[in-house]
Amino acid sequence: MEMTGAQMVIEAMKLEGVDTVFGYPGGAIMNVYDEIYKQNDFRHILTRHEQAAVHAADGYARATGKVGVAFVTSGPGFTNAVTGLATAYMDSVPMVVISGQVPITMIGTDAFQEIDATGISRSCTKHNYLVRSAKELPHILKEAFYIAASGRPGPVHVDIPKDVTAELAKFEYPTHIDLPTYRPTTKGNVRQIKKAAEAICNAKRPVFYLGGGVISSGSADLVREFVQATQIPAVETLMARGSLRHDDPLLLGMVGMHGSYQANMAMSEADLMIALGPRFDDRVTGKLSEFAKHAKVIHVDIDPSSIGKLVDVDYPIVGDLKEVLEVMLPKVKECVDPDRYQAWRNILKRYNEIHPMRFEDSDEVIKPQWVIKRVGEILGDKAIISTDVGQHQMWTAQFYPFSHPRQLVTSGGLGTMGFGFPAAMGVKRGVPDKVSVNFTGDGSILMNIQELVTAVEARLPVVNIILNNHYLGMVRQWQTFFYDKRYAETDLSFQPDFVRLAEACGGVGYRVETKEEFDEALEDAVNKGVVAMIDVIVDREENVLPMVPSGGTLYNMMLEYKD
Amino acid sequence: MKVERRVISVIVQNEHSVLARITSLFAARGYNIETLTVAPIPESDMSRLTIETKGNVRVIEQIIKQLHKLIPTYKVIEHEEMVEKEMVMMKFPINESLANIQALCEAYNGGIANVSSQHIITMVADEPKRVKHFIEAAQRFHPVEIVRGGVVAMERE
Ligand SMILES: Cc1ncc(C[n+]2csc(CCOP(=O)(O)OP(=O)(O)O)c2C)c(N)n1
Ligand SMILES: [Mg+2]
Repeated sequence: MEMTGAQMVIEAMKLEGVDTVFGYPGGAIMNVYDEIYKQNDFRHILTRHEQAAVHAADGYARATGKVGVAFVTSGPGFTNAVTGLATAYMDSVPMVVISGQVPITMIGTDAFQEIDATGISRSCTKHNYLVRSAKELPHILKEAFYIAASGRPGPVHVDIPKDVTAELAKFEYPTHIDLPTYRPTTKGNVRQIKKAAEAICNAKRPVFYLGGGVISSGSADLVREFVQATQIPAVETLMARGSLRHDDPLLLGMVGMHGSYQANMAMSEADLMIALGPRFDDRVTGKLSEFAKHAKVIHVDIDPSSIGKLVDVDYPIVGDLKEVLEVMLPKVKECVDPDRYQAWRNILKRYNEIHPMRFEDSDEVIKPQWVIKRVGEILGDKAIISTDVGQHQMWTAQFYPFSHPRQLVTSGGLGTMGFGFPAAMGVKRGVPDKVSVNFTGDGSILMNIQELVTAVEARLPVVNIILNNHYLGMVRQWQTFFYDKRYAETDLSFQPDFVRLAEACGGVGYRVETKEEFDEALEDAVNKGVVAMIDVIVDREENVLPMVPSGGTLYNMMLEYKD
Repeated sequence: MKVERRVISVIVQNEHSVLARITSLFAARGYNIETLTVAPIPESDMSRLTIETKGNVRVIEQIIKQLHKLIPTYKVIEHEEMVEKEMVMMKFPINESLANIQALCEAYNGGIANVSSQHIITMVADEPKRVKHFIEAAQRFHPVEIVRGGVVAMERE
């Protein structure tokens, strides 16, 4: 069938089963928007900024595991989307972003709203395309979805010149894709897996190091079974939160800069590290030469370039984590004796008794950690939690009782302030029967505050909880610790009235200064079913602890701060 | 870790901006490109790039994996047992000894490519190390221009 390039885009969305597109129109993509107007297959949600459209698609993808989709126009529309692409790229989120481009005949002339979009997105996407004719569009779109979701997932950018969206061509959507140049290895090498299984059974102090790959490969159930069968303790990275249940006695907590003492000590003293889909980020490892230096390393990852990038690996296994675990688990079960690790578990338990993950609660002022724990008590696994970036993000990771994968949506790799709110809108759209909570800061929330309008209009009742410390708290903390309290440009005492701000856009707002007020506000916000802003005034000077100072060693944590 | 020289061949889908993908990968990750040659592979829709690079073992391993990771990359050949050649053209003033220049070029697997009223142009194709020696030896004929072609390589077997 013949159709225009713009119609092909719509048709492809339908065939890919896309139910939501987040976006923002403009000149170069108007032909596509004209077709959106005529269709009923998917819902388009008009965000109020392109960055928010891409973050919303990202949040949708992280919460559902499906490919997120966003449309933007050329030039500034695209450049606004770049932070969204980079955020998704760093956290391996499957996404397709389609941008308009000036007509092919004008490319290279510095035309109005022309920018070398694929040149810019090359380094922050898994792959990208500049479409040259409508004829190649069906294939490119199919490929884009396939590449985004397969192998190590990631965002794919498709830049479509305006004349291509008007051009007629035959539409034949490929049923499957076979790229001779792109064949991710999914099956792990069986000999390596066997050797790794033996290493596990022979270890004395093994520890699981769970990364984002556990979530993205859908392996959490298998990992839980693995941990249960072996009784080997596990640490989680920020991206892996929810892999194990928060109350699993074998879960040592988060690892890294703001990880728990027992998790970091476990890494430091282990004789075998079973790394399942992490990427050895510097926020996890601290000083590399000291990181897990007594441990032999098993590393399972779908991305060969992840393995051996930063630390030497003794048992490298390239493959899809789920497929690898399906082979590895029975082999380990054959030889494992969970009692073997009892002494090791006792040591770790002792570490946790000495320095548990805790905070000092107060009756005078609300502690930010209390808010997070409280939401956990009230909503628990009825909520999916998004965050912005800063102290509140770390406290969320430390104190929220996560019980299932995809329950935490946070920008880990890029650390993008402004991510949380739009992402939480995407979460709500993708998983409507859960409460979508965004823990945010008084700094971060202002970086996509315009989305209040979107959330009201599109009926995406996100509950934003501002842990308001009147600071760019995380930066302030570093200034306190490492810059002699020279608080350069981090004091946010001057603030908008968040309650009226929410109300001005049609949402609800609450200002909270006591625990009782908080409980009431949360209950009301959840029941109202409209976007909410709960402005919680918290202890200004609270620090995120424990902490491994940047470049320090995991076994040498700062456990408290004394003025 | 010891820095070593490596020659890597990359077979890629011959498509728009594939060269940019490769060079920006090197730029973004701070890898070295000493020389780079590209040409389409006859009777195919692929191109072959030969990259001469430097780095320690870990860096070289990353370069190879990252090249592999690019979607249009079909194959990465990390040369071990290779025959490598580089071509170089040099231009000399006409008043230098044509016979001596010719003798030198022949010693390095080359010869005279062109002689005009002003200049002699020579061409040599040899192993990169020998090309370097050739250039050094040719200095005494006062070359006015040197153009090196970059390394190309083929596995021995
Ligand atoms: C877009 C962006 N700009 C700057 C930073 C650097 N940064 C990291 S945390 C932080 C402070 C965030 O303040 P707030 O949102 O109030 O959170 P808090 O740390 O106070 O909880 C800043 C500025 C960032 N991560 N992202
Ligand atoms: Mg703050």
